[in-house]
Amino acid sequence: MIPNLTLVIQGLAFFAVVLMVMKLGWPHIIAAIEDRQNKIAEGLSQAEKARKELADADARVADEIKKARAEAATIIDKAHQQATQIVDKARQDAIVEATKQKAIAAADIEAQAHKAREELRGKVASLAVAGAEKILKREIDANAQKSLIDQLVTEI
Amino acid sequence: MATEEAGSGNMTEYIQHHLHHLQWNVGDGDFMKINLDTLFFTLVTALVFMLLFVRVARRATAGVPGKLQCAIEMVVLFVDGLVKETFHGKSKMIAPLLITIFCLVFLMNFLDLLPIDLLPWAWASGHSLAGHDPAHAYLRIVPTADLNTTLGMALTVFLLIQYVGIKNKGVGKFFGEFLTAPFHAEGTVGKIALVIPNLLLRLIEECVRPVSLSLRLFGNMYAGELIFILIAVMTLGSSLGTFSTWPLGIGQFIADFGWTAFHILIITLQAFIFMVLSLVYLSMAAESH
Repeated sequence: MIPNLTLVIQGLAFFAVVLMVMKLGWPHIIAAIEDRQNKIAEGLSQAEKARKELADADARVADEIKKARAEAATIIDKAHQQATQIVDKARQDAIVEATKQKAIAAADIEAQAHKAREELRGKVASLAVAGAEKILKREIDANAQKSLIDQLVTEI
Repeated sequence: MATEEAGSGNMTEYIQHHLHHLQWNVGDGDFMKINLDTLFFTLVTALVFMLLFVRVARRATAGVPGKLQCAIEMVVLFVDGLVKETFHGKSKMIAPLLITIFCLVFLMNFLDLLPIDLLPWAWASGHSLAGHDPAHAYLRIVPTADLNTTLGMALTVFLLIQYVGIKNKGVGKFFGEFLTAPFHAEGTVGKIALVIPNLLLRLIEECVRPVSLSLRLFGNMYAGELIFILIAVMTLGSSLGTFSTWPLGIGQFIADFGWTAFHILIITLQAFIFMVLSLVYLSMAAESH
């Protein structure tokens, strides 16, 4: 029970073990632990960043879709407008064309009528001459009476 | 068991035999003796600890750790957390010192859980095989049940406390506090008057620390060992032929089982207390009063 020389040896041996643990063991294991802590922290922050990026991308995609939809709507609107314009213009053109055709037809009819009248007039003139021939019962020099007949023709 | 062969009624002899160290006289006088068994088992436990700790530390990876590395990292982080919470000075030695105290004291205490007669019996058998008298084959296997071990560790811690104190405060302030703390006074007269009480109190405080530290651990382990011996005495020298052996044997089993289970708690607790008190002393030394 009384301390003896073992005391000194045990004290020194203990100190030697402490020194060896301090030099050979502790720094390695602490370094490994801290390394892993850093790795985990890095991984977590990266995951957080990735999550944020994903959310950003989602927002951007939603934005794009919204924009595309708006654009499509304006395009459709414009198309409608254009279609209306085209239809309007077509109608106008048709009206113009119809008027033109009508005018042409009217002119034609007028010309035909004129022609028919002229023809009729000529025929009436010859009829009148023939009538006059019969009435006068004599030969009338057509050439001598030509001016008279022409006057008659214009009068008719 | 060596004493069992000597016959019943030799209880005192059995106990004394168990409490005798294997000693080597290196000179004259009581002090010039070396307890070889204590040294041997300290060496064994220290080697086990170093092999485990240093090997794992060398191979430690920052990647996915193995199970052994995990276990050691848990202890390391536990000790590191304690140190960071309590110790605010600067010293790279504190945490390795504390983990060494905890693990080494625990392993040395753990030898107390081995069957009390197993190794002494093997030692005595070897002794008689070699042609020596087994009655002189002394062996105590628990290094912490030897005051030399606990006092040696406590004195090392004591010296480290002084070292940490000087390193953190400087020589002048460190020795100045011997005279000016814990009692403070205003004015020169008061300060001079308090020099003697301060010095006395400080010296007592410093001397009591290693004594209390070593005696606490030694007392617990020695008492634990003694109770194991007393439990073993219940069937000392009896034979299966006598009736009393049977109830005593059952009682011995129950008592041994109970005490072993309880002792697991004690050995862990004592290792922890030794570590925490060392930490507290070191922290106090590093802080100014």
